[in-house]
Amino acid sequence: MMQALMIHLPLVGVLLAAAILATAIARSASATPVVYGICAAASAIGLGAAVLSLTGGLSKEPLVLPLGLPWVGAHFRIDALAAFFLVVVNLGGTSASIYGLGYGRHEHAPHRVLPFFPAFLAGMNLVVMADDAFTFLLSWEFMSLASWALVLAHHREAANARAAYVYLLMAGFGTMALLLAFGLLAGPGGEYAFASIRAANRTPAIAALALVLMLVGAGSKAGLAPLHVWLPLAHPAAPSHVSALMSGVMTKVAIYGFIRVVFDLLGEPAWWSSVLLLALGGATAVLGILHALMETDLKRLLAYSTIENIGVIFAGLGLSLAFEANGMGWAAALALTAALFHVFNHSLFKSLLFFGAGAVLTATGQRDMDKLGGLIHRMPATSVAFLAGCVAISALPPFNGFVSEWMIFQAILQSPSLPGWGLKIMVPAVGGLLALAAALAAACFVRAFGVVFLGRPRSTVAEQAHEVDGFSVAAMAVLAALCLLAGILPGFVIDGLAPITQALVGGTMPSQTGDAWLSIVPIAEGRSSYNGLLVFAFIAISAWLAAFLVHRFASHELRRGPAWDCGFPEPSPATQYTGGSFAQPIRRVFGTLVFGARETVEMPPPGDMAPARHTVEMRDLVWDWLFAPIAGAVDFAAGYLNRLQFLTIRRYLSFVFLALVALLLVLALWT
Amino acid sequence: MNGLTFDIAHMLAGGLVLVSFMLLYQDRLYALLNVYALHALVLSLSVAWQAYVQDAPHLYVTAAIALVFKAGVIPIALHRIILRLGIHRDIETVVGIGMTMLAGIGLVALSMVVMLRVTPDADPLAREDLAFALSVLLLGLLVMVTRRNAIGQVVGFMALENGLVLAATGAKGMPLVVEISVAFSIVIAFVVIGIFLFRIRERFDTVDIAALDDFRGERR
Repeated sequence: MMQALMIHLPLVGVLLAAAILATAIARSASATPVVYGICAAASAIGLGAAVLSLTGGLSKEPLVLPLGLPWVGAHFRIDALAAFFLVVVNLGGTSASIYGLGYGRHEHAPHRVLPFFPAFLAGMNLVVMADDAFTFLLSWEFMSLASWALVLAHHREAANARAAYVYLLMAGFGTMALLLAFGLLAGPGGEYAFASIRAANRTPAIAALALVLMLVGAGSKAGLAPLHVWLPLAHPAAPSHVSALMSGVMTKVAIYGFIRVVFDLLGEPAWWSSVLLLALGGATAVLGILHALMETDLKRLLAYSTIENIGVIFAGLGLSLAFEANGMGWAAALALTAALFHVFNHSLFKSLLFFGAGAVLTATGQRDMDKLGGLIHRMPATSVAFLAGCVAISALPPFNGFVSEWMIFQAILQSPSLPGWGLKIMVPAVGGLLALAAALAAACFVRAFGVVFLGRPRSTVAEQAHEVDGFSVAAMAVLAALCLLAGILPGFVIDGLAPITQALVGGTMPSQTGDAWLSIVPIAEGRSSYNGLLVFAFIAISAWLAAFLVHRFASHELRRGPAWDCGFPEPSPATQYTGGSFAQPIRRVFGTLVFGARETVEMPPPGDMAPARHTVEMRDLVWDWLFAPIAGAVDFAAGYLNRLQFLTIRRYLSFVFLALVALLLVLALWT
Repeated sequence: MNGLTFDIAHMLAGGLVLVSFMLLYQDRLYALLNVYALHALVLSLSVAWQAYVQDAPHLYVTAAIALVFKAGVIPIALHRIILRLGIHRDIETVVGIGMTMLAGIGLVALSMVVMLRVTPDADPLAREDLAFALSVLLLGLLVMVTRRNAIGQVVGFMALENGLVLAATGAKGMPLVVEISVAFSIVIAFVVIGIFLFRIRERFDTVDIAALDDFRGERR
């Protein structure tokens, strides 16, 4: 049997070589197709290999390369969990590369994108394969820096420069937390290999600290509230196919890191860790989707929606920890499978939606939803694919988003069998938050699709838009098809995830492929089941039947009449229902609490010809209450410490001397 | 280990501490250099004794290096530098001698307390040696802090390094490579600092580092 690493590691080498090649030929016209072509091929092979290793077609021996730290080397290993995340990474990589073949032609600074794109893919692959702390952190930082360079690709725009700055700060902070976490895990002996970390014994306090640090480090990369503030700035700033990778795939790599440490390396979970995860996950989901609802920039809307989905996934992980800590392996397996399934699904439809946003951006040059509209007639293929993505992310059957969210709710419904009263009350409360988030997500994407693709164009660029190139459409179509396929045949995905849950929580869901009509059964046949295929068949047949009957008994003709104009003839397209109008009721409900929103109406005095103005002021309270004080404190400390730069040589020497004496005193007094 | 060898090692290391104290109160540069040469001589004796006690011939090489470079070449070279700079008549201390000596005594006490507490079950010879080495190191640092003249700081730095060598030779099994590399780094530091002295001198007509601070527009 062939070894999986023997395929994946050379592919990483190919990607890195492509990065170097791209640096050399970036300015020539053929660079874009060559680089994206190599990336697409490498990712496709990686995808195939990863699927094979997930299904057991490739052997999973670890490998130690003589790189990295001397005497430690670089350890690599692909187990079931890594194989699954390799599927996610390489599927995202393949589709983004294919999309890039078309989208990259419109790039005005390809030399700023092409070298970093393959490097970014290579970094994400390496993080997932790493089997020791050093390699993991190195790959993690490589991935962060490559994506940072991509965020900064269009650096002339001030907003992008600021986004990249905030991203760099948060990435550095997160990596520092990870570094400390792995330092604690490795212990004083410096056992960096994951195998020895897994075998080590540690006190509960150390394990707790490592878990919290991991939550901060991986959570800040994934976009967990309140560390999410960089994400809606940085993800939209990159070129759209990179946004898709960052939102759809890189956040998943962060989740991989979290799962690897918390479920795999730390051993037995503490009961309170699940409470922490559930609370943070629920809050993140609601906060993210509320922000998304208020947003009028299409790509920022998608980025905020990523935060919501990360919250859902973390809530699923928290559920799994809660069940595992209480010895309910089957329920833990259900929750973990649901979370992982949602990881897969979100990578599919978020990439798809970002591709759609990129297509709209290419066709119109606009990201502001209130300048778009009516694109369904001008970009039919894009709008169908985007609609599929919207339906999937809104968790409507028969698409895949429904299946994973339904499974998470099935896991929440198992909470009455938990022993402790705290969790028994808390889990349904978090379920309520997730249900709210799911409903708001549906509203959010109805708004996104409706305002961008329906109605009449709100600007001339939207009026003159054309369908985008074949590669972009193909990438979107493939992802949309996969969304539908994973939605109607979820049993195969669930069975594919079984080895992971077996290894991590010591239980599996019942085997799904044997059931009649491909329905899925989370726990037992008598309790609940879902059949995506039947739902799909029902929707397809009834829709076809309705259309047939209407056309059969009414007219075949398409009739175009004047739109209802509310009694105002020839209104301007600007009077249409806008994104702001759609979000207003929800803003009224949650606005003061979540955004500190304030509405002011300025009425000119009688006789004045100036227009009346209605302005809404919204603030990001996380930014105001958490990050602004921290930034202020750092600023203050920096200003104060700045004096240290201008001391005399003797004072510096005295400082060194006094510090040494003080440390020795501490040593003398404390030991 | 019998009592006599231990006593001799103890005496030599203690002598190094004593000479470090002598470094503290020298206010003339020539005298400072002479005491430094004595410092290096005592160090080389101590290292040679350790070589004999531990039966480690490679330590004789270290002792020879200390004797030749630190007790010979470097003081003579610094003498010539002082002569060429024309500062052999300068007198300088920053803090009063009494205060400095008191601080030095405090430092020795501190290093004793730290070392004896931290290493309760180490080899007694190595333990005492380490305590003395730490005092020598701290006293060297104190010399650096209390001098205003760049040459005084160079001497303090090299006294500090002597403390390091004492610590390194006191511990059994330290490879020769480490000592040689430490010695060479000191020689290189000496060369670099010597060059810098002349550069500073060229630009400011003095090696009083106060001139550097004035140049940066700082008040002291």
